[in-house]
Amino acid sequence: MNRVLPILTVVGLIIALWYAASVWLNAPWVYDQAARAGQSVSFSQMLPQTQNQSRPVLPPPHQVADALWQGLTGQAITSKRSLVYHGWVTLQSTLMGFVLGVVVGVGLAVSIVHVRAMDQSVMPWAVISQTIPIVALAPMIVVLSNSFWSGALPQATGLDSRAIAKAIISAYLSFFPVLVGMIKGLRSPDAMQIDLLSTYGASGPQTFWKLRLPASMPYFVASLKVAIAASLVGAIVGELPTGAIQGLGARMLIGSQFGEPLIMWSALFASAILAGGLILLVGVAERAIVRRTGSPA
Amino acid sequence: MTWIVGVLVFWILAWLANLWIVRQRFAQHGAGKLIAPMIFGVTVLILWEGMVRGIGVSAVILPAPSLIWAKVLASTSILWGDFMQTFVRGALSGYMIGCTAAVATAIAIDRSPFLQRGLLPVGNFVAALPIVGLAPILVAWFGFDWQSKAAVVVAMVFFPVLVNAVAGLADTSAMQRDLMRTYGASYWQTMFKLRLPAAMPFIFNGLKIATTLALIGAIVAEFFGSPIMGMGFRISTSVGQLALDMVWAEIAVAALAGSLFYGTVTLIERGLTFWHPSQR
Repeated sequence: MNRVLPILTVVGLIIALWYAASVWLNAPWVYDQAARAGQSVSFSQMLPQTQNQSRPVLPPPHQVADALWQGLTGQAITSKRSLVYHGWVTLQSTLMGFVLGVVVGVGLAVSIVHVRAMDQSVMPWAVISQTIPIVALAPMIVVLSNSFWSGALPQATGLDSRAIAKAIISAYLSFFPVLVGMIKGLRSPDAMQIDLLSTYGASGPQTFWKLRLPASMPYFVASLKVAIAASLVGAIVGELPTGAIQGLGARMLIGSQFGEPLIMWSALFASAILAGGLILLVGVAERAIVRRTGSPA
Repeated sequence: MTWIVGVLVFWILAWLANLWIVRQRFAQHGAGKLIAPMIFGVTVLILWEGMVRGIGVSAVILPAPSLIWAKVLASTSILWGDFMQTFVRGALSGYMIGCTAAVATAIAIDRSPFLQRGLLPVGNFVAALPIVGLAPILVAWFGFDWQSKAAVVVAMVFFPVLVNAVAGLADTSAMQRDLMRTYGASYWQTMFKLRLPAAMPFIFNGLKIATTLALIGAIVAEFFGSPIMGMGFRISTSVGQLALDMVWAEIAVAALAGSLFYGTVTLIERGLTFWHPSQR
């Protein structure tokens, strides 16, 4: 209770502010309509009219919640209007990019920890790669994957080039936290522990499997949380500039182009829910892994 | 064919050179540390150039680095205009406003532990959300020019900086605060002389994350509508025209701007938090 109450207060404050802002931002339209009709509206008449416009400047929370509920349950989940369908499209690319990013991150970390030339020559570029705004590369990656992901590959895997492009963008954003976390983790055993293993006559691979890898697990799972959030951002960003018509990002784009704020807001909240769910899932996996490896905390 | 063989040989030689260099003493400190990454970067560029020429990749799929460099030289005024529009007007102003607002908010709620306990989890959650999705909404509110880009950047950088600033302000020990009290220091004196300096490593952590977010926000916002200049605008229209050398030229500018931005913040951090163990 001690933890829930402050959170509820802050969330309540945000919702109250949101309602106030929606009245303030939607009121001009009400007054405008009334002026055109030659009527005057009092404040108490204006208030309800700001809360149920079909194209509000800022939809109040209950309208967004309603649109979200409609999007999730209003039609079959295979319908092109269903947020479940669009969420699934985004989720596929997110997970593919996440797995790819984790594999690349772990692979790079292992080689950087073991080969000094990799550490000195690749690590600075890995840092620089994150200062490059990936969205600048996004349209580029779509063009490239369009030309390389063709022929038999799409049929064999059931994935179109756009999904591959989104997964690459997700992987680009999510490999870095894993890389940094794994390097820290693989280097976390201290000299005493490494010395102990060498007195046992352990070989390099044995030291890796029995000491370094288990020691890195807490760092690894902590970095997964950051990586999955970054991966979802990557998938959504990958949908924005590429003219995609499926996915939550595409839904926002469509809402923007057709002037339907409710579509935009419901897609935005659907992606927030997806992000929350993914982070929770990784949290559960984190606890399971940490318990299995027997690490404290 | 000679191109392909040539660059592959070059690649192997550069790799061997790097293996040798990292074992030498001059490569352990100072400028010597830059040699290995430099060789790696140059190798990537030469591999790219050689492969594109050797295999004969069309310039509408992947232009060679030499073509891109020629394009950069030929269109400096366009690139400069786009840089000013996106980076200076959009990203930088939004970054300043967002980071200032975040630190100010952290200080404002500092006296209420109740609000802090509520805001930290909410802020952490919001910081993980794809806020970039707000871009179309904010573009609809603030119009096509740089104001809407700055607004997107403000929304993107606010929560990461806020969460770090709140965590940083909590990072003084009871002993240190008691010492300030025995000096008879007021709340604001304690804030400016002890707690804000102690929070600096945390705040800079947030500021560094925010540099990348700022550029991403400014560029994404341009995909939803912009005046006829800006890096995001140029990239999306040039892709449509298959003018990929222009796209890569903009990417090069974005990469350079992003790295310099990050580097500048890191330098300021080094100057302000010289006392912290990670800087020594």
